[in-house]
Amino acid sequence: MPISRATVEHIARLSRIALPDAEAALLTGQLDTILRYIEKLDQLDTASIPAMSHVLGLTNVFREDMRRPSLAPEDSLANAPAGDNGQFQVPKII
Amino acid sequence: MSYETIIGLEVHVQLKTASKAFCGCGTEFGLAPNTQVCPVCLGFPGTLPVLNRQFLNYGLRVALALNCQPAAFLKFDRKHYFYPDLPKNYQISQYDQPLAANGWIDIDTPQERKRIRIKRVHMEEDAGKLIHTAAATLVDYNRCGMPLLEIVSEPDIASAQQAYDYLVKLKAIIAYLDVSDCDMEKGSLRCDANISLRPCGQQRLGVKTEVKNMNSFKGVRDALNYEAGRQEDILGAGGAIEQQTRLWNETQQKTILMRSKEEAHDYRYFPEPDLVPFTIAPQTIAAAQATLPELPEAKKERLMNQFGLPAYDADVISSDKHLALFFEETAKGYPVPKTVSNWLMGDIMSYCNEHRLDFAQLPEVLPARNLIDLLQRIDQGTISGKIAKTILPELFGSDKTVDRIIAEKNLCQISDTAELNEVIRTVLRENAGVVTEFKSGKEKSFMFLVGQIMKKTRGKANPQLITTLLRERINSET
Repeated sequence: MPISRATVEHIARLSRIALPDAEAALLTGQLDTILRYIEKLDQLDTASIPAMSHVLGLTNVFREDMRRPSLAPEDSLANAPAGDNGQFQVPKII
Repeated sequence: MSYETIIGLEVHVQLKTASKAFCGCGTEFGLAPNTQVCPVCLGFPGTLPVLNRQFLNYGLRVALALNCQPAAFLKFDRKHYFYPDLPKNYQISQYDQPLAANGWIDIDTPQERKRIRIKRVHMEEDAGKLIHTAAATLVDYNRCGMPLLEIVSEPDIASAQQAYDYLVKLKAIIAYLDVSDCDMEKGSLRCDANISLRPCGQQRLGVKTEVKNMNSFKGVRDALNYEAGRQEDILGAGGAIEQQTRLWNETQQKTILMRSKEEAHDYRYFPEPDLVPFTIAPQTIAAAQATLPELPEAKKERLMNQFGLPAYDADVISSDKHLALFFEETAKGYPVPKTVSNWLMGDIMSYCNEHRLDFAQLPEVLPARNLIDLLQRIDQGTISGKIAKTILPELFGSDKTVDRIIAEKNLCQISDTAELNEVIRTVLRENAGVVTEFKSGKEKSFMFLVGQIMKKTRGKANPQLITTLLRERINSET
């Protein structure tokens, strides 16, 4: 089995997702199936194929160092659940 | 047992591009919260980052100036962590194919010139700023997406002082390139340190701690001195160092535990699919190399060779680009470079420090022409060196010429023998007792008499001349 329950719990913790026992079990099974499916690729001989880091054949896509208008203050916080004086407000973390 | 200290530094430098790393937002410091943000740097779904060309150009210049080998092929990766300073939940950074690697900076220790190797230089975006209040955490994303270079040294640094010297050199090099403000107070230069101790002679490295939150070079030195001492105490008592991240507390002058190894990050890097890879052609590297300015080391050499400055002077003056430019500008118009360097390292630097003036402002507030005039008036005997020192502060930020200040304040040196003899006569009359003391061998009394003459002439008497005249006068009286 390529993925263990412990790995799923570890990733859930890294992602700050609360995972009830039942869901952890369900996801372990599902992720395991997905990874087993992907593992089929291991059957291919890729020794002579150079590694690629992007699916597009493009390189060197730049923008010039030009300033563009930023969002209006009321727009930047429009979707935020909570704000305070122009700042995003999140639950206390320290 | 004696221990060897091993330090590696990670320095983040914010590059002064006009716009952010991957979007068109501006890069100003100190704006109202969240007024310099857009859907890209706020990490809205469906937006695409696009690399700022100047970010790569500036990064390449820094890499070359640090003697690094730039990569022919580079890519960006996502570094995942979940914290509100980063709205995307990942930072665009570089993992296994950074901008450049294998460089170095040479520092001078009391014993030798020492090479500190640079492991890698990579590009990444900055995170936002958090403010913790009693009730909540507030987030300002203005800084989010600012272009950063991370410069990672090898663990070649053997003391807190060497770390300090490395930072001074690094900052000077970057300042010469004019690609960053390098201002630790504004956060455009930040430094984290890894430090471990091992018994002298042992090959294997000891367990290290990471120290963060220093806000000046002096803070880095103090934090590392403290941390080396803390580790030595633990090891000396037979204890073991725990791998930790510790925060420097400036007020308490000590490091405090932030997190232990168990909580260490697991960033799950993977290639950033939103950005295509980049290649740097050999001709691009050659062109960037060819347009690098003269760097501090080369400047120091030239100040010694061309202007005959002592190594110490050349070192101080070359450590700041603007100071060096001001020196050269002045030395072009005044024939004794050492005198210029003395004035720069003495009164001018003190004035700048005292008034929190950046050397970059020097040409504006003290045109080289004015310093040249001032030095020439001393040579010509118009004013004494002492008076010149009192004129200097008047020159800063003034549109008056040296001659005008001398005239207005009536500071011309008195070199008129008759006039001086008159003053000497008065002083001798008023201090007959002191004269007797001098004649009976008390050499110090002579300086007292000179002082009285200076006082009466408000410092304007030509010092060489009164020394001669005073001796003549006293001798003629015996």
